[in-house]
Amino acid sequence: MNVIVENFPAYLTGFATTLELTAISGTVALVWGLVLAALRVSPIAPLRVFATAYVEVLRNTPLTIVFFFLVFVAPQFGLLAPLGFWTAVVAVSAYTSAFVSEAVRSGINSVGLGQAEAARAIGLSFAQTLSLVILPQAVRTVIPPLISVFIAMAKNTSVAAGFATVELVATGRRLAVTHPSDNIWILVGVGLCYLAITIPAGILASVVERKVAFAR
Amino acid sequence: MRIRSAALIAALSASALLLSACGSDGGDAAAVPKVDAASFPAGSTMARLAKAGKVTIGSKFDQPLFGQVGPDGVPVGFDVEIAKIIAGKLGIAPDKITWTETVSANRETFIQSGEVDFIVATYTINDKRKEAVSFAGPYYLAGQSLATLTTNKDIQGPEDLAGKKVCTVSGSTPEANLLANFPGTDIKAFGAYSDCLEPLRNGQVDAMSTDNVILAGFAADNKDLEVRGDPFTEEPYGIGLAKDDTEFRTWINDTLAASFTDGSWTAAWAASAGTVLPTPEPPTIDRY
Repeated sequence: MNVIVENFPAYLTGFATTLELTAISGTVALVWGLVLAALRVSPIAPLRVFATAYVEVLRNTPLTIVFFFLVFVAPQFGLLAPLGFWTAVVAVSAYTSAFVSEAVRSGINSVGLGQAEAARAIGLSFAQTLSLVILPQAVRTVIPPLISVFIAMAKNTSVAAGFATVELVATGRRLAVTHPSDNIWILVGVGLCYLAITIPAGILASVVERKVAFAR
Repeated sequence: MRIRSAALIAALSASALLLSACGSDGGDAAAVPKVDAASFPAGSTMARLAKAGKVTIGSKFDQPLFGQVGPDGVPVGFDVEIAKIIAGKLGIAPDKITWTETVSANRETFIQSGEVDFIVATYTINDKRKEAVSFAGPYYLAGQSLATLTTNKDIQGPEDLAGKKVCTVSGSTPEANLLANFPGTDIKAFGAYSDCLEPLRNGQVDAMSTDNVILAGFAADNKDLEVRGDPFTEEPYGIGLAKDDTEFRTWINDTLAASFTDGSWTAAWAASAGTVLPTPEPPTIDRY
């Protein structure tokens, strides 16, 4: 137990990296995921095909393989990413955006078709229909699944530990090797740090959900 | 519908074939002299293992020359040979050994939980680890060194590491050594040493660092790689076992000491690391 208190500064650095990775990747994934969802319902077929292909490939590939591709395969084609944090941001957000896109798309589908037809009938363009009529309603219904996606993402950042990013898990490994007899407690500390991110996220989710809930 | 189920059956049988191929092990059933379990003190770990006729040994799966697993799932290397000597003295043939992969970060936990009976995994003996597990040996003395591309002129030894990107394994002793002794280096830690090779070739890292013998193994397999400078730490490799199982530890120490003199240690070296490295002198056993 003491080992967690004694190594608090080390935990804090790892925690900060994980938090930063989560915040930046989450923002990128949210924006890119919304764009992908819009592409998937767009009237232009090639855009729909692109977005569908992207979502299906990324959603069905394990995150470790996404990392592996970025770190070991992409350089073979001349794509040299700076090793470490930013590679992790790209991998995690590229992966998570597929899930965001699917969650948002399910929300879009939950808005009655009549709404879109009515919007088009009064002369709104596709972009206006989507941004003014559909998405504001869709996003409200997808807040709970979206928060789940982001909680999963916060935990998924741990994959970066094996790819030159010193976040919580890698910090835990460093501590474990210097404190071999307290391995279990060090892992408990790592787990607690993840809870410190995910539990507030869950609480925030229920607050936001209550705030935006509406009867249909 | 019929076509679909036929395709499903085909896919299932293909994956079953693949899985069975993964599971096969080509263990060499070398003759091992029979050992009577009753010849060991009653209740000792040796008696238990000899009676069971099988043993679970932890080793590394990604260290050339010491413990590297091939496509058949059976590790080969000096660690593996040493483990076979010890198992052989318990009357356990190599094909009765279950190899479990232990990485740097989980070796103590695997011993404490009893998941493995003992560990031979380039396991450095040190005082902090002695608080969690016991060590027999050492059976080899290594030292941390570094390797870089043959074309790299900047890095000739550890003193040139300041400000350089150095690849190692996350949660390993070499990483801890680098952090403690060379704070100026930018450490890029991956999951396995083999992951360092591509970033090194791509120039994403400048060097990789771990024990000299492991680097020598990589250099032997990869002609564009070169070990530079003298070792800057001492890493006595020991055999990890349950803490305070003094009987077992003393017996392994005796077994190792015997292997140093009867030529089996040298034969084990010649069959593994000796293919690329000169044969060293056996170390002195540390009966602490």
